[in-house]
Amino acid sequence: MTSPAQHPAIQRDLEDGSRSPLQVPNAAPALAPLPPKLSLRGISRNFRNSNQHDLLALERIDLQVRPGEFVCVVGPSGCGKSTLLHLIAGLAQPSAGTVLLDGRPVDGPDTGRILIFQDLGLFPWLTVIQNVEFGLRMAGVPKPERRFRSRNYLRLVHLGEFEDSYIHQLSGGMRQRVALARALATEPDVLLMDEPFAALDAQTRDLLHDELERIWRETGRTIIFVTHNVREAARLGDRVLLLTFRPGRVKREFTIDLPRPRHLEDVEVARTARDILDELRDEINKSREAEYRHDKTSR
Amino acid sequence: MTKRAARQVLFYAVLLGLWILIARLKIWPPYILPTPKGVWEALAAGFADHSFWIAIEVSMRRIAIGYGISVLLGVVLGLAIAGSKFLEDTLGGLLVSLQSLPSICWLPLAVLWFGLTEKAILFVVIMGSVLSVTIAMETGRQQMPRIYAMAGRNLGARGLKLFLYVLLPASLPYLVSGLKQGWAFAWRSLISGEMIFVSLGLGQLLMLGRDLNDMSQVVAVMLLIIAIGYLVDGLLFRTLERRLQEKWGLSPAA
Repeated sequence: MTSPAQHPAIQRDLEDGSRSPLQVPNAAPALAPLPPKLSLRGISRNFRNSNQHDLLALERIDLQVRPGEFVCVVGPSGCGKSTLLHLIAGLAQPSAGTVLLDGRPVDGPDTGRILIFQDLGLFPWLTVIQNVEFGLRMAGVPKPERRFRSRNYLRLVHLGEFEDSYIHQLSGGMRQRVALARALATEPDVLLMDEPFAALDAQTRDLLHDELERIWRETGRTIIFVTHNVREAARLGDRVLLLTFRPGRVKREFTIDLPRPRHLEDVEVARTARDILDELRDEINKSREAEYRHDKTSR
Repeated sequence: MTKRAARQVLFYAVLLGLWILIARLKIWPPYILPTPKGVWEALAAGFADHSFWIAIEVSMRRIAIGYGISVLLGVVLGLAIAGSKFLEDTLGGLLVSLQSLPSICWLPLAVLWFGLTEKAILFVVIMGSVLSVTIAMETGRQQMPRIYAMAGRNLGARGLKLFLYVLLPASLPYLVSGLKQGWAFAWRSLISGEMIFVSLGLGQLLMLGRDLNDMSQVVAVMLLIIAIGYLVDGLLFRTLERRLQEKWGLSPAA
């Protein structure tokens, strides 16, 4: 694992990130038979709801993720997207099936797999830099070293000047970046992101898409990114996984080999998004109907 | 703010003026109503012969120990109750009902158990304040967003580290009102407990004043007790609350 300090790419600016000769091609050659970084085998998960009915949230999910791959997961609300990330993070246990990281079964949370929650879960009692270095502190990394490493990650997300701020003093986009830096600081193999940009305004989101793409390329992390925004998935992912509405099953997989860096407005991105959306629409309707029925019965 | 300060100065000046006036009229003898001058002299004499200093030191040491134990015990108990449905249904209910019992009611029991000793006083102090801390910690743990614990675990915090670096700071906004209430109860319980025997504390100084018909000393010690309570509240808890607000933003645990 390389620390960002040794990474020549980090000094580069966000605009010229794409054309540098230093750039490592991220899309692994299709021929190379790399062992999967992460594999899910027959993952199911059910919940017991308040009236003692079992609710199947995820059903027999199989997935192989290559090292350094950027996988987006889309689906209607209630398809178990977030549950899937919690299972991979080890914060919840599957009812059936196994999650394997580098071929070893996952049992419990680990700093090798960091989940960025939808609500971020930044610690309001700590400053920005204390948040970022939290994982290193828990790992017993001495203070000078963890400060140094955390500062590099803060610089990577362009928040170098805000290290002593408290979380409530930051804007939504800045908080997102702190969460990203905090997740990156433990140098996880796999980064799990749960609709991280859902609550942001459009400009901030565009900017963070660019930054995430750049950071992903510079750090070589494997990313699983959950969103309900199909455009976002098409703009970011090497591959987009479409989940069905309750129980969540993999309905279709889209491989997206559009050149990077991409933009949300690219015609190709828009066209891919439309293809995905056509498939997604049925599931969204199912989810709407279920909500409607629920409204009626609960009245 | 200046307007508020001016009002307060005026209010206390009028209060003092009334006191001086009524004392001058000599309707009651000084052992019923002391003069401000007498109280001032009692204060000066108490500090000059070190008896007040000793009483303050003894009382502060007791409350530091008693309240300290209360906070530790309350945090542990509160966490245990919040973490177990069984404890919540059983012990949780008992503690809430015990809260309606004034802490001084424990004194006869404490004297029978421990005799007229330091332990009896500490027992009353602890019983007076532990419930507030426990209940605040319990609600804090339950109302704290689950995401902090999850994020902490994901970032490698386990067991004691998770508790010290995540659960405890995350519950502090909920806990602080309980800590404050616990302190107030502890302080009252302490003074009451000290009145019963030769305990060297501020409570005993009050009773000594009564035994000697020295109303000036009684009032002087009362002022001292108010001042210390006010100072601790201002220095300790206001600071804590202000720091929480700075860190968490405007409304911690709104």
